[in-house]
Amino acid sequence: MIRTTPFHERTSALNETGLWQHWSGHLVATRYQASDKFEYFAVRNSAGIFDTSPLYKYRIAGRDSERFLSGMLARDIRTCPPGLAQYTTWLDDRGFVLEDGVIQHRAPDEFLLTCAEPNLAWFADRVGRLAVTIEEVSLDIGALAVQGPRSRELLSRLVPSVGELPFFGITSGTIAGRPVTVTRTGYTGDLGYEVWVEAPDAVAVWDGVWDAAEGYGVLAYGMDALYMLRIEAGLLLLGADFDSSRFAFNDAHRSTPLELGWAWMFKGLEDDDRPFIGRRALERERAEKTSRWRMVGLVVDWEDYDRVYSSAGLIPPKDHRPVHEDWMVYDADRSRVGYATSIMYSPVLQRHIAMARVRPDLAKPGTRVFLEFTVDHHYEQVAAHVARLPLYNPPRKTA
Amino acid sequence: MDRYDAIVVGGGHNGLVNGAYLARAGLKTLILERRPMVGGAAITEELRPGFQFTTFSYALSLLRPQIIQELELTKHGFLPLLMSTRFAPGEDGEYLLFNRDHDETLREIARLSPHDADAYEQYSHDLDRVCQAVKPLLDSVPPNLFSDDPEELVAMAALGSRLRGLDKRTLHNAVRLLTGSAADFLDDYFESPLLKGYLASSSIIGSKVGPRSQGSGLVLLFHSLGEHDGEFGAWAFHKGGNGGFTQVLARAAEAFGAEIRLEAPVERVLTRDGEATGVALADGTEIAAEVVVSALDPRRTFLELVEPRELPDDLVEDIRRLKFRGVSSKVNFALDELPTHPVLGARPDLYRGFMNIGPSMDYLERAFDDAKYGWYSEHPYIDCAIQSTIDPDMAPPGKHVLSCFVQYTPYELRESDWEAQREPMADRVQATLESHFPGFGALVLQREVQTPLDIERTVGLSEGNIFAGEFLAPQMFFFRPAPGWSQYRTPIAGYYQCGSGTHPGGCVMGAPGRLAAGQILGDRTRASGA
Repeated sequence: MIRTTPFHERTSALNETGLWQHWSGHLVATRYQASDKFEYFAVRNSAGIFDTSPLYKYRIAGRDSERFLSGMLARDIRTCPPGLAQYTTWLDDRGFVLEDGVIQHRAPDEFLLTCAEPNLAWFADRVGRLAVTIEEVSLDIGALAVQGPRSRELLSRLVPSVGELPFFGITSGTIAGRPVTVTRTGYTGDLGYEVWVEAPDAVAVWDGVWDAAEGYGVLAYGMDALYMLRIEAGLLLLGADFDSSRFAFNDAHRSTPLELGWAWMFKGLEDDDRPFIGRRALERERAEKTSRWRMVGLVVDWEDYDRVYSSAGLIPPKDHRPVHEDWMVYDADRSRVGYATSIMYSPVLQRHIAMARVRPDLAKPGTRVFLEFTVDHHYEQVAAHVARLPLYNPPRKTA
Repeated sequence: MDRYDAIVVGGGHNGLVNGAYLARAGLKTLILERRPMVGGAAITEELRPGFQFTTFSYALSLLRPQIIQELELTKHGFLPLLMSTRFAPGEDGEYLLFNRDHDETLREIARLSPHDADAYEQYSHDLDRVCQAVKPLLDSVPPNLFSDDPEELVAMAALGSRLRGLDKRTLHNAVRLLTGSAADFLDDYFESPLLKGYLASSSIIGSKVGPRSQGSGLVLLFHSLGEHDGEFGAWAFHKGGNGGFTQVLARAAEAFGAEIRLEAPVERVLTRDGEATGVALADGTEIAAEVVVSALDPRRTFLELVEPRELPDDLVEDIRRLKFRGVSSKVNFALDELPTHPVLGARPDLYRGFMNIGPSMDYLERAFDDAKYGWYSEHPYIDCAIQSTIDPDMAPPGKHVLSCFVQYTPYELRESDWEAQREPMADRVQATLESHFPGFGALVLQREVQTPLDIERTVGLSEGNIFAGEFLAPQMFFFRPAPGWSQYRTPIAGYYQCGSGTHPGGCVMGAPGRLAAGQILGDRTRASGA
């Protein structure tokens, strides 16, 4: 039986399309109104509200929790003091990515890890004799993302400390008299926050946010708009841009963090003597330069794209709806050098863009490659250039 | 004396586009604007604290996509917001409400006429095919019909062969639109008066024609040639209005190295031996330049900035004959609350697009009848948009701005003038709005009126014609603005034109500015090679 989220009473009243989809066993709105693109623009131009409750959530607590996590997570959790959150990943001992997620350091000995898939056994089975408790709280906590340029103004009227909250900061307050935790995190690449509430308080908190947003051009947005936003933001999606090594049948479906473009997570690795799962493999990959791929952005050459369609007598389509499939990437000699995993037409960039993995020697921004489209039922290779992720990165995101 | 490679006279959108392209090519470029802000007719003004008015031009569609890319506008804040609904109230409580769902749109039409729902599919497809065929003309310099230059003959042949490449039906539809009336075209598809009124509204915008006039088909086609993210005929609202857009253009031009000088009205173009040498400002300052480009309309380009005696007689005569005849006004409102239409209620999400008050072709044609005889429409056509529902930064929270494009309001009034009729005309607009949005009048915090006379005085567009020269077949393509002068040059060497009075024409398109820059740069290359 499909579950509903703690906000369902409100989201169901707003969803005029009757379109829902399943996410981690929960019903979530695909889009609320006829235009997903309008919902998308709410986030880029004012603010949008998104029910992100179906995330898996684990409370990891106890005297040894930081020590435990520093061995489990590949990014150094010790650089994330209480009051901050961190985007992180965990690897297997061959250095392949199991998953990514955001961990909140809520109190000296307390963390909240959020991720897309179940990970309780993997973490719990490795606690050993450490003083650590791991509790799944997925259904106990509702999560509401408030994202977009007006999100700070809006939320700080309810929780004043939001006004000064740094990127990836954590604060708390009350909304509609209910306790909330607010993190400056999100999946849109914009200025934005996520509000974490006890499930029974969810509807009251939604109402508090919604009432404060009256007249501000704020909309609820669904999964379609979310996927548009996250591609522009260069944020990877499990199952689209990478798969978990745990359930892969061969290495073609596995990725290392360096291949996914997360080298920045390991900048301090030399000075950090921490043993963690996958460390040796990661060090070997770095030293021997054995990465097979590098995750990059691709920006399609607009003239070449128009040319290909126009010469077929077609109007060049500019469809903002993301496609999560493999699209082949070639070099100038038409040898295969990688593949795109997410592609869309970006309204803010006015270009077709993709997240793709290419051979590391082609990852330099500006490198010319060719992306394969299907035009009139045959393959056409359209010029594109490599660009650094995220492709859309407004200063307000971190300012 | 200051010296530049190029001076652009007029900082409207075409002047900015032109200046940006010239600067991008490495020319030391100066853009001179008479007013305290750039944008020309594409400006946004905070006429009341917190309320942003799109004083004149109010939406974006025809902007050439190449300009977005070549001038790298997204780096400078280009943000065309989607208008997600379209609403057409009819007479007797009938209405059409379109959203972004194609199938829902067909269902909505079927409510009025099941026949028309299917016909709408065919109409859209036929129109798309014509647009696809015609669109390349927007991005190319018209060949010179009157030249024996082999290059021009080749260009003519290429044009002819493109026409021959079209299928019969598309070519025929193109000719029907380019020469006929919108009513004839629409009558072939549809039966619903409201749907026809809604579609025919695009055939009269900015033009002294009614839907039953020959020539309205051309206006309809022109307005269908725009696109938003690849969708023909779709309109967007730029962040901050069209003033927001021209600010983006100004930033792009400056990023390429162009200099913009405000409150610098140009008195005349300086010439010597039939060549442009610079400009003289109203304050007497002279600035030298090898190239001078006028972004002003043809009347001012040829008859005011230079001495007509420096020009061939036939050109002067052609420019004097050019039809302007502005018929459009803007009435803009600051509103205390969202105005509500009885069928939409108080849901802001249903007001996020154009609202078209033109309930039938009869209504539009009667509105035109008044104008034919020198008066403004008793029941005006109004193209409304509550822009604060699309971009909430346009008004304080809960408050709204309403932009109303109004027709017909002829530049020349019979036995009266706009000083006397400005407010009575706006009263009539407000009364029309009141009849559709009961209680409208009580919401009005401020009203701003721009008649054709005001447009002429403030923006400088002759007779307030929003296209800088009417969209009439004898004033288009080969003949815009005058036979033999459709390639952005003038008889004065080094003096060019790049305004909406040149091919392809008005609307916030930028194509004239871009194409003119191509000619200027090509001429410089040829001259330096020779």
